[in-house]
Amino acid sequence: MVDRLLGTLLRHLVLLAGAALMLTPFVIMVSLSLKPPGEIFAPEFRLLPEQWHAVENYREAFTRVPLARFLINGLIVTASIFAAQAATALPIAYALAKLRWRGRQAAFALVLLALLIPPQVPAIPLYIAMWKLDLLNTYAAIILPSTISVFGIFLMRQFFRTVPDDLIAAARMDGLGEFAIVWRIMLPTALPALAAFGCLSFIWNWNEFFWPLIAVQEERLMTPPLGIAFFNNAEAGTNWGPLMAAATVTTAPLALAFLLASRAFVRGVTMTGVK
Amino acid sequence: MAETRPGARAEALAAWALSLPALILLWAMLLGPAVAVLLLSFTGWSLGEAEMEWIGAGNYAQLAADPVFWTSLRNTLIYVGVCVPATVGLGLAAALLVESVGRGRGFYRAAYFLPVASTLLAMALVWEFMFHPTVGFVNQAFGALGLPVTDWLNNPDVALLALAVIGVWQNLGLAMVLFVAGLQGIPRDLYEALAMDGADGPWERFRRVTWPMLGPALVFVVSIIAIRSFQVFDTVAVLTEGGPSKSTEVLLYTMVQEGFTFLRSAYGAAITVVFLVFTLAITMAQTILLDRRAHYG
Amino acid sequence: MAVASVDLIGIGKRFGATEVLQDVTLRAADGEFLAILGASGCGKSTLLRILAGLEGADRGQVRLGGEEVGHLRPKARDLAMVFQSYALYPYMTVRQNITLPLQMRRLSALQRLPLLGRLAPGGRALRAGITADVDAVAGPLQLSALMERRPAQLSGGQRQRVALGRAMVRQPAAFLMDEPLSNLDAKLRVEARAEIVAMQRRLSATILYVTHDQVEAMTMADRVAVMQAGRVLQVAPPQHLYDEPASIDVARFVGSPPMNIIPALLDETGMVELAGHVLPWHAQGRAGARVMAGIRPESLVPRPGGLPATLKRVERLGAEAVLHCALPGVEDTVLARVETAIANGLSPGGTIPLMPRRVLLFQEAGLRMECRPHPAATPAMEGALG
Repeated sequence: MVDRLLGTLLRHLVLLAGAALMLTPFVIMVSLSLKPPGEIFAPEFRLLPEQWHAVENYREAFTRVPLARFLINGLIVTASIFAAQAATALPIAYALAKLRWRGRQAAFALVLLALLIPPQVPAIPLYIAMWKLDLLNTYAAIILPSTISVFGIFLMRQFFRTVPDDLIAAARMDGLGEFAIVWRIMLPTALPALAAFGCLSFIWNWNEFFWPLIAVQEERLMTPPLGIAFFNNAEAGTNWGPLMAAATVTTAPLALAFLLASRAFVRGVTMTGVK
Repeated sequence: MAETRPGARAEALAAWALSLPALILLWAMLLGPAVAVLLLSFTGWSLGEAEMEWIGAGNYAQLAADPVFWTSLRNTLIYVGVCVPATVGLGLAAALLVESVGRGRGFYRAAYFLPVASTLLAMALVWEFMFHPTVGFVNQAFGALGLPVTDWLNNPDVALLALAVIGVWQNLGLAMVLFVAGLQGIPRDLYEALAMDGADGPWERFRRVTWPMLGPALVFVVSIIAIRSFQVFDTVAVLTEGGPSKSTEVLLYTMVQEGFTFLRSAYGAAITVVFLVFTLAITMAQTILLDRRAHYG
Repeated sequence: MAVASVDLIGIGKRFGATEVLQDVTLRAADGEFLAILGASGCGKSTLLRILAGLEGADRGQVRLGGEEVGHLRPKARDLAMVFQSYALYPYMTVRQNITLPLQMRRLSALQRLPLLGRLAPGGRALRAGITADVDAVAGPLQLSALMERRPAQLSGGQRQRVALGRAMVRQPAAFLMDEPLSNLDAKLRVEARAEIVAMQRRLSATILYVTHDQVEAMTMADRVAVMQAGRVLQVAPPQHLYDEPASIDVARFVGSPPMNIIPALLDETGMVELAGHVLPWHAQGRAGARVMAGIRPESLVPRPGGLPATLKRVERLGAEAVLHCALPGVEDTVLARVETAIANGLSPGGTIPLMPRRVLLFQEAGLRMECRPHPAATPAMEGALG
């Protein structure tokens, strides 16, 4: 009994130490964003500043670069991408999971094939195509390559397969056509899965750095990660307070979204994976 | 056999109509460009040139003779070689511990998973500060423990390792969550049967049930972490730019340099193909391994 | 459409190499309750799905009210189905679940649009009519108080009634029910049986009711079709099916405990010889022909002069008891159902005479043979048979 209690205690200690390590960067980020430059480079690290500099740091983050613009861009881009992904993924996922048609196997094979291609592979041809179409440096340039989510199709297909066939048979007998079934039966049934996918999509595309870096040079179009890199370059890594303030502001929506929906989120990650 | 069901034709038509938007985008944004990359890698084209000239394996010959490419490939493999075992090992340990405690699971899961969900680029800058030679957390901790200290990101011997630490920190939570899902898929009664058979110590439980039953999950986690590690780019781009003295030059960074900074599209495409081949090899290895132990169910 | 008859004519269906249905012909008359009874995998559900239009038949015709509907899609057939899983839309309230089929049938696509549909001309009166019809169905099913709940908040029995309501509200030409009670516990099942039968009487509806449960089929249906391995073995009213099974397979399937099937011979006069005893039952047949005698457990009565059986075990069911007996030269255990008072006097190991009151005779291949009590039976036997 005592042994067991001791074991549990030990486990908690190890887990807590690990959690502390995992969270350290976040703590340091927020801590630095509150401090004046002098304290940041003090030889002893303190959690809280002696002299609060938060207002100045955050104000500078928003005025030195158009941080608000970056955040709005981030929202525009992630929202458009998710809307497009959901609109394209739900119908095909239903067709793949529940309809009988020639070409289903081939279509699903294509989806599986596309699942193997890392998102960086199409970058060069897409860049060339957008250059030809004069689309570089537009929202469309950032959004278009992500309008299709193979992962989303796969996730929704897996989910739709768990919807009982009887439900669809009942809908057909009730007089619904295939399109009506997608929007009136499958979509509402799939809302939890769609929410999980939405969280994932939001986080991926908010954090995406590789493609926006290639597609966009203009400050007014930059997404948050791009904006921070831009800020970092402009300040040459010296102005830590405001930089950390910007980093905090960028990460906060994600952390909030994650904490609010961590269950849906984790389910989304694991749903397509191990099972 | 002919489909005799009433409405079968209408159903097939609807299926095509429902699938078409996605299939078109799939080709336009992923499969088509992937094919284009392959074709492009056999030309000598640079962005803006009027003529596209077929040069066969010329780009690949050039790659083979390019020391930067070999450095880049070697660095990438080292990075993956460090990240995968560390991430998988720590992730599995964390998963086992989290599953074995009753309370606080939600908290631990959130804490370990938070880095996966946060903006890597912003966090990379925090790590830059943490690796700061004098006031950084890492050197302060190392100094306090009497361990050697260095300017991590500017020392060619350890810069790649420092980036790998960030990589492990970022992906550990993902590995943990996937392992937890795998653990929860193990039927309780196997442990009970094992206890009835006279083995109920933690080591016996792990060796005889957990580890063998976790096989498929393990293969999956290894491959997913390997693929993600292969895609290392953000930290390199913002922290080291491949330096010092090419010690953190990795495949995707080289590809972006060649393809977009120097606008040598075809050469960049050839690097992309190499990158793709490695990714596919990982997936194939995963498939073969999973097939081989499919009898575990 | 009003209530209509249903005809399945020569239906054949194969899935890959397996022939699921072979030349099935069935008719449910206008207003008839037809049960389709069979073990799982006999093709009964596929038959129902073909009728519904959810599957296609490879051969044969489906007629509804005399009209060929085989080419029509499910929604055009005017049939309603109650599924084993109920297939209620989980995110809709009870009211929405029952309303949906009427919306799809009575409102135009424009009128069905969310929000905008309210503004479409003519929608208001139609909607009012729909609401009235839905309420009219909900009342008798005791769903009125549950209309705003979702399926997850309902008990099994309530869900089953919602599924019934969703089917009834359309006033279809016929109801198709696929094991609708198999997810209910025993007590609810009895209540639901009565409810469905009452509903059928009230609406004089045509019902095709698929089940593997012979009690359901026997208690509810006007006629029962017994299916096995993709074929219809016999279609008859329940009592007739029990009393006069057309084949050994039907005889075995219907009745619990099952009918005793005992190998027998015909002697030179056509009398049935069973376990070394000649019984006063007579059939037309070649002398020495091998036949199968079918005797219901309740037709075996302990009475002097009967077959000498060794009692192996007594299984008490309360009011009655089942005697497990061995007959000399008969491999299978023979069951006899007797009143408990009779069983009380018996002990395992002892010998009891069992007299068959009624014997059915089957050819070795399984088909029923004519078999009558022999007029020249011995007086002792006669008395026993009286």
